[in-house]
Amino acid sequence: MQEALLKIQGLTTVFQVGDAFLKAVDGAGFSIGKGEIVGLVGESGCGKSITALSILGLVPSPGKIVGGEIVFDGQNLRQISPRAFRKIRGREISMIFQEPTASLNPVFTIENQIVEAIRAHGKISARQAREETLGLLRLVRLPDAEKKLNQYPHQLSGGMNQRVMIAIALACKPQLLIADEPTTALDVTIQAEILRLLLSLKAELGLSILLITHDLSIISGIADRVIVMYTGKVVEDADVASLFSEPAHPYTRGLLGAIPAVQEGKKGTGKKLKAIPGSVPEWHNLPPGCPFHPRCAHALPGCSTVFPQEKQLSPTRRVFCYLYLEEAGTRHETD
Amino acid sequence: MKQTDNQTEALLRVRGLKKYFQLSAGFTIKKKGIVRAVDGISFDVMPGETLGLVGESGCGKTSTGRCILRLIEPTAGSVVFRGVDIMTLKGKALKDYRRHMQIVFQDPYSSLNPRMKVRSIIGEPFLVHKVCRGKELLREVYSLLEMVGLDRSSIGRYPHEFSGGQRQRIGIARALALRPRFLVADEPVSALDVSVQAQIINLLTTLQAKLGLTLLFISHDLNIVRLISDRIAVMYMGKIVELAPSDAIYSEPKHPYTRLLLESVPRVGEKIKPGSPDEQAVLRAFSDRPEGCAFAARCPAVMDACRAEEPDLQSLREGWQVACHLFNRKKRT
Repeated sequence: MQEALLKIQGLTTVFQVGDAFLKAVDGAGFSIGKGEIVGLVGESGCGKSITALSILGLVPSPGKIVGGEIVFDGQNLRQISPRAFRKIRGREISMIFQEPTASLNPVFTIENQIVEAIRAHGKISARQAREETLGLLRLVRLPDAEKKLNQYPHQLSGGMNQRVMIAIALACKPQLLIADEPTTALDVTIQAEILRLLLSLKAELGLSILLITHDLSIISGIADRVIVMYTGKVVEDADVASLFSEPAHPYTRGLLGAIPAVQEGKKGTGKKLKAIPGSVPEWHNLPPGCPFHPRCAHALPGCSTVFPQEKQLSPTRRVFCYLYLEEAGTRHETD
Repeated sequence: MKQTDNQTEALLRVRGLKKYFQLSAGFTIKKKGIVRAVDGISFDVMPGETLGLVGESGCGKTSTGRCILRLIEPTAGSVVFRGVDIMTLKGKALKDYRRHMQIVFQDPYSSLNPRMKVRSIIGEPFLVHKVCRGKELLREVYSLLEMVGLDRSSIGRYPHEFSGGQRQRIGIARALALRPRFLVADEPVSALDVSVQAQIINLLTTLQAKLGLTLLFISHDLNIVRLISDRIAVMYMGKIVELAPSDAIYSEPKHPYTRLLLESVPRVGEKIKPGSPDEQAVLRAFSDRPEGCAFAARCPAVMDACRAEEPDLQSLREGWQVACHLFNRKKRT
């Protein structure tokens, strides 16, 4: 196994709403190796983005990290000073977002915005910064880089803006890039190009990437490992090959079954998409025990009491489900 | 235009449909111009079939759907529905015709009035068209709720009390209230989670079979379109570039743009290869479009003819049309 660059354990982030505490991330734990692309999947509201923001210490206001450890490159990010954190954020770990056009400042040129990122983290001359900016734009394969320097975000397309965002994120040569739904707002042909770019950057710079997405087919195409989240909890963590060939958790199986595959799906074959019944529970009304049990076809009586323990299925694979915990399984079979 | 209109009569016949939008001089756009959102498209929709309309954002698929329903006024062209050219309809005649054609919108969060209860949302079409009221109306609303798989108790609740998938069910119930013959589904699942998308697609196919609906299914997602469509029309910059039975288009796409689209779809079990992206890709200058084929700048198989003249949509074989010089034998030699 590779050396872990980021290791998260028992991360719990809550939002206080009135008197209630909503657990947006509930005891999540996983690690990201050096030069590894890890996919974080789940449906909307499952805590993917809050997990990412927790890593960067950017949880928005009523939210708070209340437990767990985030160890990056040997340092526990929850214990360092805000000043020290600022050096890591942007320089060691950076992030790109879903809406590239909305994430850029509309009143500054592309050059301004990249130079700002470069100079915020190091004292270099304006001329040098310009050179570096050009280098970055070439790195992200922005066509006509020189011409684009003096343009504004509205003059570029969504795909080009996302390249600029990636350039800004890479300005300080980070070790870890967090990409939160980086292609969801883009067209499918542009999406393919951005994904290819991310793969090349991983190879060229040895970058680790945490790729957050709801699209399992993207994960299958680009990631080394997958973490599946449901209502703030990690339910499965596996290498890509085994997750897609034999999904262990019933939720993962459901997600995979719901993908309309280009190869198979065809009208009139009588074959229906296997939808997961019901919908994601609401935060203030989470079911006890395993949050997936009301939608699960294999639910055992124990599922509604306590969230299952971790079960290591293989060196690269963990799942949180009673189906794989023997004692529980046999106990409930007699019921 | 050669069409396969021999055996059955088309339910909907679109001919030369155009929708141009004026760009006004403003703060950022200095010069006036015209956006040719839909630029002369023609197709038929047969009774009971689903025609999928795919393309990337800005290709004119939504404008097409809305022009057909006359939710926006087309610039030119005709839409013939059951023998009547709806472009000539006015007032009451237009309103009557709207009973037979309905639309389901993309965003179930903004397409339902937040101040109306489900009872009023689904019941409104009955009142607008003076079909029924009172107890009879209530009965209709209950049966619609049941049809789309919602609980009877939903009737007194507001849209915000529902999840996205449930809201889309309300939208579908509203659209189907007056038993239309033809339904435009404009990206009905793209705002939904994967697991819920499947539920809505299954619901639409079930309802289509049960009610004999004819569907125009608009989507950018090729995987989803395939599941529900009998035939597929691919649009690029306001034009249909390929129109074929859905099996055919997925097994042997002809137009280079269709091929690019299909290659770009990420698939489970298929690794994406790192590589330098196409440098020339997409500078979509809509208002000053070059001569010739709109796809020429991105096309890997581009020829001289492509920059000189725009290819027409021509029949390749029965039921299969392509607009590309590669398949135009006369031009090629």
